[in-house]
Amino acid sequence: MLLGRVIGTVVPAVLVDELSATPLLWVQPLSREGKPEGEPLVCADGTRMAGPGQVIYWVASREAALTLAPSFVPVDDAIVGLVDEVRLYPPEDLA
Amino acid sequence: MILGRVIGSVVSTIHHPIVDGRTLLLAERLDAGGQGTGGYVIAIDGIGAGQGETVLILDEGSGARQILADDAAPVRSIVVGIVDALDTFTS
Repeated sequence: MLLGRVIGTVVPAVLVDELSATPLLWVQPLSREGKPEGEPLVCADGTRMAGPGQVIYWVASREAALTLAPSFVPVDDAIVGLVDEVRLYPPEDLA
Repeated sequence: MILGRVIGSVVSTIHHPIVDGRTLLLAERLDAGGQGTGGYVIAIDGIGAGQGETVLILDEGSGARQILADDAAPVRSIVVGIVDALDTFTS
């Protein structure tokens, strides 16, 4: 799983039936320090509770398809949970 | 499997039920010399790993689901071991 930030909502005009009940959010992947890293992607929101600016963690591929109920929604990236806090240990404590 | 070093944790209240009661570790990925690459992965702690430890991370969904004993777990990365020593050969 990787960190990301919700930067938008995707409002589809036409969609395959299998995705009709799936909330789709525009997500910017983040580095471990919370800086944007890589290309934005569209994530299905497995929590159905993520909002604009929210930091989340997401999975790709088959695991993404398992995130929503009923399972096996045809998506390739999905939000698993919302991040309250990322606690990074001080570097001097890792030696 | 990959090697990582536990550099932090992720606190999450709202999440998929599989995360309930489990710890999410933030692990830095390690290169061939055992140094951090700058990359990271958020993994479920399956073994009780802690701060600064070098860990063995299973980074594949089917194996992770087997360990969690849940065929529908949307989890790919899980810490499955704590590494005591890493001996690298020099040519």
